[in-house]
Amino acid sequence: MISDKTKGELREITARYPESRSALLPMLHLVQSEEGYVSPEGIEVCAELLDLTAAEVAAVATFYTMYKRRPVGDYHVGVCTNTLCAVMGGDAIFGTLKEHLGVGNDETTEDGKVTLEHVECNAACDYAPVVMVNWEFFDNMTPERARKLVDDLRAGNEVEADRGARICTWRQAERVLAGFPDGRADEGPSAGEASLAGLRLAAERGWSSGAPKPTGDAPPRGDAPNGAASNGATSNGGGGKGQ
Amino acid sequence: MTDPLTPALTANWGQRGSWTLPAYVDQGGYRALYEAVTHEPDEIIQMVKDSGLRGRGGAGFPTGMKWGFLPPLGEKPRYLVVNADESEPGTCKDIPLMLASPHTLVEGVIISSYAIRARRAFIYVRGEVLHVIRRLQQAVREAYDAGYIGHNILGSGYDLEVVVHAGAGAYICGEETALLDSLEGRRGQPRLRPPFPAVEGLYASPTVINNVESIASVPGIVLNGPEWFSSMGTEKSKGHVIYSLSGHVARPGQYEGPLGITLRELLELAGGIRAGHELKFWTPGGSSTPMLTKEHLDLPLDYEGMAGAGTMLGTRALQMFDDTTCVLRAVLRWTEFYKHESCGKCTPCREGTWWLVQVLERLERGEGSEDDLETLLDLCDNIAGRSFCALADGAVAPIMSSLKYFRDEYVAHFEHGGCPFDPAAATLFEPETATAGVGA
Repeated sequence: MISDKTKGELREITARYPESRSALLPMLHLVQSEEGYVSPEGIEVCAELLDLTAAEVAAVATFYTMYKRRPVGDYHVGVCTNTLCAVMGGDAIFGTLKEHLGVGNDETTEDGKVTLEHVECNAACDYAPVVMVNWEFFDNMTPERARKLVDDLRAGNEVEADRGARICTWRQAERVLAGFPDGRADEGPSAGEASLAGLRLAAERGWSSGAPKPTGDAPPRGDAPNGAASNGATSNGGGGKGQ
Repeated sequence: MTDPLTPALTANWGQRGSWTLPAYVDQGGYRALYEAVTHEPDEIIQMVKDSGLRGRGGAGFPTGMKWGFLPPLGEKPRYLVVNADESEPGTCKDIPLMLASPHTLVEGVIISSYAIRARRAFIYVRGEVLHVIRRLQQAVREAYDAGYIGHNILGSGYDLEVVVHAGAGAYICGEETALLDSLEGRRGQPRLRPPFPAVEGLYASPTVINNVESIASVPGIVLNGPEWFSSMGTEKSKGHVIYSLSGHVARPGQYEGPLGITLRELLELAGGIRAGHELKFWTPGGSSTPMLTKEHLDLPLDYEGMAGAGTMLGTRALQMFDDTTCVLRAVLRWTEFYKHESCGKCTPCREGTWWLVQVLERLERGEGSEDDLETLLDLCDNIAGRSFCALADGAVAPIMSSLKYFRDEYVAHFEHGGCPFDPAAATLFEPETATAGVGA
């Protein structure tokens, strides 16, 4: 059931755009957050709100891989099997998880906890092989670590991404994708080791881009607006304070 | 003399809380915006032109010239759209940038929008990167609260709205016109050009679409000057770029340096190919750029150097594969990817990629023949250049380039009756754990 609250939020999404149809992708993410997949009712509601036909909405929903036509488990586990990750061990990890969970590609465990899928390149090739849980990064994976990861998820243990936050449910993640923040942006690191490889080496050897050091007054940091930007600037209490 | 590595966009990635506004400002952030609003918008465009910045998303088109294609201001609003749909296999620079320092992009968005006189900007980020989306959303919120986005920015009289828009899993949406269709709430399928987006883009209005790294480079150009930027790089390929090293290399990762460095130099910095092995093949800028071999280690990694070797600089996604890797397995997997991601609009791509997979599978099983190799090349001829967008060209790149350099290995598969390689040997973990799922 799409609740009245969700219908209100779906309308709220349309207000972000000059033309309401642009809201369709985030709206479908919100439908998945509520329903666990793109349900027939969700398609009808989106169509009605955007003055489209259900067929037009379904045509969009079926085009994109992230929209699911069957309910997804609490944790969507995506194993990258594009070439680089596959060669580095992604194929072995995917095979291990299929056997360990007793499911095939795009199938969900009987307890409804884990949906396994092989995914395409997720832009973390310097951390290959990569596994995604609800679209959070698990880097430099091995078959053993992947097995332990899904065991922890099924047991309800708290799991933290390597470069990300504590893992929420797939439905909660879909809500963030729809544009409703969950307050977890400050969890996790700035970067992983591979992201910093060149930077570390440059620091060691004294290399730089030759950009001059900033001089003069610093612009407002968001927590202490100064005169220069006081036209309506408000404090946000400063980011980076954690939860 | 430019240093071998020149951290600019990556310089603050190691700072504590680097994604927050206070940390970004402490590192010199938003000074460029203050500088920018003291200039006329056209002066900013001129700075970007003078810098020599070329698109970092793969095509390498001069960014300032792209901005200059906008028709004179009319009744229709102008839009800036950031292509943050990083999905090209091997490409992994924009995602860590937005994770570690989303404000670098946001500041670039504000300055670029100001320059092209857009009052709305969209950051179209692929949906499969939850934490990156969280940090972008927060950075935009912080920038609104600090008065960097919104009404009358820094008292300049300039207004801007910025929306972070999550995609839903479609490689094709990295193609700029498909991205626009997707942002309009449609299936992401490329449009026929002309008209180009500069004339008729989002909602048929004048639109500039740029890659994350291109837009993120703009604040540095404004703050440090176009001469600083163009002092790095080679004659026609200026500035700093992020090189992403992955695969069978000792220290994979992001290495930001000037355009024109060679892979040999980069490999030395990254500790070389993993111990006991040697480089077999590599891609200069993702799977859609024809592969190269160790014969090409000393070519400059710039637009001209790569074009001279029959390939493209692309996104500097340097994927390295050592002698344990079966080139046919690698190519088949990429081809399966293109088949899956073909949007279906153009017949040569939709049907052609399907047939490519069939032939490659037969070859990998060891059931192919010389005739199949000819069929492959014939198919490639009938796919490349015969579709709306470059996905089709990308799809044939691994096949044609691998047949050029590794034809013997294709032949070995049907002479050997199967793949002569052990996939477990190519993995990064111990063989006994690797055997469990191989062949899955």
